[in-house]
Amino acid sequence: MKRYLIIGATSAIARACAREWLQAAAGHPTERPSFFLVGRDAKRLDQTAADLQARGARAVTTQTCEVADVATHPALLASALQALGHFDVVLIAYGSLPDQAACERNPSVALEQFAINATSVIALLTLIARHMEGQMQGTLAVITSVAGDRGRPSNYLYGSAKAAVSTFCEGLRARLFQTGVQVIDIRPGFVDTPMTEALDLPRRLVATPEQVAARIVRGVRRKRDVLYVPAFWFLIMTLIRAIPGVAFKRLKL
Amino acid sequence: MKTTLLSWGRYPHFPQTPHGVPWRSELPERFTRLRTLHKTTLAFGNGRSYGDSCLAASDQVLSMRRLDRFIAVDWERGLLQAEAGVTLAEILSLCVPHGWFLRVTPGTRFATLGGAIANDVHGKNHHRKGTFGCHVERFGLLRSGEGALVCSAQEHPELYAATIGGLGLTGIIEWAEIRLERIRSSRIDQVTQRFGSLAEFFALSEELDRVHEFSVAWIDCVAKGAATGRGVYMAGDFATRGGLQVETSRVLSVPVVPPVSLVNRLSLRVFNEAYWRKAPERRTLKPGGYAPFFYPLDGILHWNRIYGRRGFQQYQCVIPWDDAEAVMSALLQAIAVTGAGSFLAVLKRFGDAVSPGLLSFPRPGVTLALDFPNQRGLEEGLFRRLDAIVREANGRLFPAKDAHMSPADFRQGYPEWERLEALRDPALQSRFWRRVTR
Repeated sequence: MKRYLIIGATSAIARACAREWLQAAAGHPTERPSFFLVGRDAKRLDQTAADLQARGARAVTTQTCEVADVATHPALLASALQALGHFDVVLIAYGSLPDQAACERNPSVALEQFAINATSVIALLTLIARHMEGQMQGTLAVITSVAGDRGRPSNYLYGSAKAAVSTFCEGLRARLFQTGVQVIDIRPGFVDTPMTEALDLPRRLVATPEQVAARIVRGVRRKRDVLYVPAFWFLIMTLIRAIPGVAFKRLKL
Repeated sequence: MKTTLLSWGRYPHFPQTPHGVPWRSELPERFTRLRTLHKTTLAFGNGRSYGDSCLAASDQVLSMRRLDRFIAVDWERGLLQAEAGVTLAEILSLCVPHGWFLRVTPGTRFATLGGAIANDVHGKNHHRKGTFGCHVERFGLLRSGEGALVCSAQEHPELYAATIGGLGLTGIIEWAEIRLERIRSSRIDQVTQRFGSLAEFFALSEELDRVHEFSVAWIDCVAKGAATGRGVYMAGDFATRGGLQVETSRVLSVPVVPPVSLVNRLSLRVFNEAYWRKAPERRTLKPGGYAPFFYPLDGILHWNRIYGRRGFQQYQCVIPWDDAEAVMSALLQAIAVTGAGSFLAVLKRFGDAVSPGLLSFPRPGVTLALDFPNQRGLEEGLFRRLDAIVREANGRLFPAKDAHMSPADFRQGYPEWERLEALRDPALQSRFWRRVTR
């Protein structure tokens, strides 16, 4: 029976992952997983919890939290530990899609968005990593983005925040390697979620949260390091990373 | 992601702009915003209605598909409560391993729970279990005036009755609680036998419907003369052993919309002849899975695309018992003369279970359903002749499949329509309703 701590549990990708984990355990009554769900909105958390409960979760505990307020993190971790005992998988799935133009006009908006997407994640990871180190097992799965691979004029605030988390994860992975704790950096491309509802995205490149979740769950099981989701983004990003800086700055991406 | 939606028949061509509803608790706010901006809207599920009953008059729909959460299940009593955007396939994935099935299922498992109620869908066991609406314990209904209501046979019984088969016009169905059917195995023991004429169908159905839980017949709609109405009778029951297995196989997909329909006189004639010949002449019992039995077409994703850019229309009518055989024969002859139609033609005898639904389609009698590639003259020619026969026989058409019914035929077939109109939420309007109540 696996125990999952999900921070940003009401995001479309996180919910799909939780369902996928339940599906994987279906038919094995002794394997029914437990969840500790963290999100901002109590109503959304309740709706998510009821769904997972109906789908066969052993226990679902919810807690609201404003993750940008780093001071709340220790208490959050303590109640999650009290509910679950230990963590098999910690999934960090929250984030925001900042308005790049607003970030360019106003430094405080830029820093606020950076705090949500980067510094608060780093703070959480630091805290959770210390606990996981003691556990000597488990997986830290962090959702970043393909946007972190290159700074693009259209969303470099978001991109730089994700890049910070990715690089942090790379170092953390190496540090925890000897302890048996796995750190997975999950980099999704375009996903059809409420976050991208208003965007005009190239249809063929857009994945559903369910497709993304299936790959994440497989990646967690196989203890991968970096996971592009769907896989074809690895190819796209390899090409994009290969564009020399002199040319890249002239592209309006 | 920006996109537009069409109904299953891809006709009439009124692309709908979806407005997603990611959370049940946020439905009131989204509904209010939409009706402030566009006056009226309509809930859109998974787009399995064929004609214009799922298209908003304003072309701005509340997309309910993201409301796909379960709320509560009681495995002891077989009660399931879920949000309206959950598909029947998702319900089955959850229930089958626990030994439960839908009491009534239509021919696709990709319809949503809300859509199944709004169209009061029926299935192969209508003669035993009635419609989907017969097994709906209660549901949450959001109305622009009254807000959120819980409707059941006891609470707000008028709205309960009007919403079942109410085409989504009485309010937004937020969630529903349904009663499930106990199964010991998810396998189906299927009985198959081909028949050479309409009279043989009526005899078979008379004899076998009473012994089997499920029954339906495939009809060769191009067969003429003495062979008119030949087809294959299929009946079945849940097996008592064989395990509880969720079936999700999706093998094929139609990737693009071809410029013209792939269903034409030649392909139809060849297929129908082969299909009829392949079916056993004598009564044959064979076990199989539930998916090929209930959902033969769900195995081909986007099968509606084979009819090309112009799309297709389904014609589904019910003819009262009294002279059903003669009327069916007249309908099939009228169709066979034109050589039109499609592989998918279905004949089924309805039972006399009464649905709580005000505008429920099924009534005691026989129903015929078949698809036609959309082409010029279809409505003015063949459909007009079929409509006349149905009208004469006091039959009626199924709104969920319809894109052509005249206001006069609608009012004759559904005399209760004015009661639904009186209960309709003024903020909800469909292209179908506006067309037939004009």
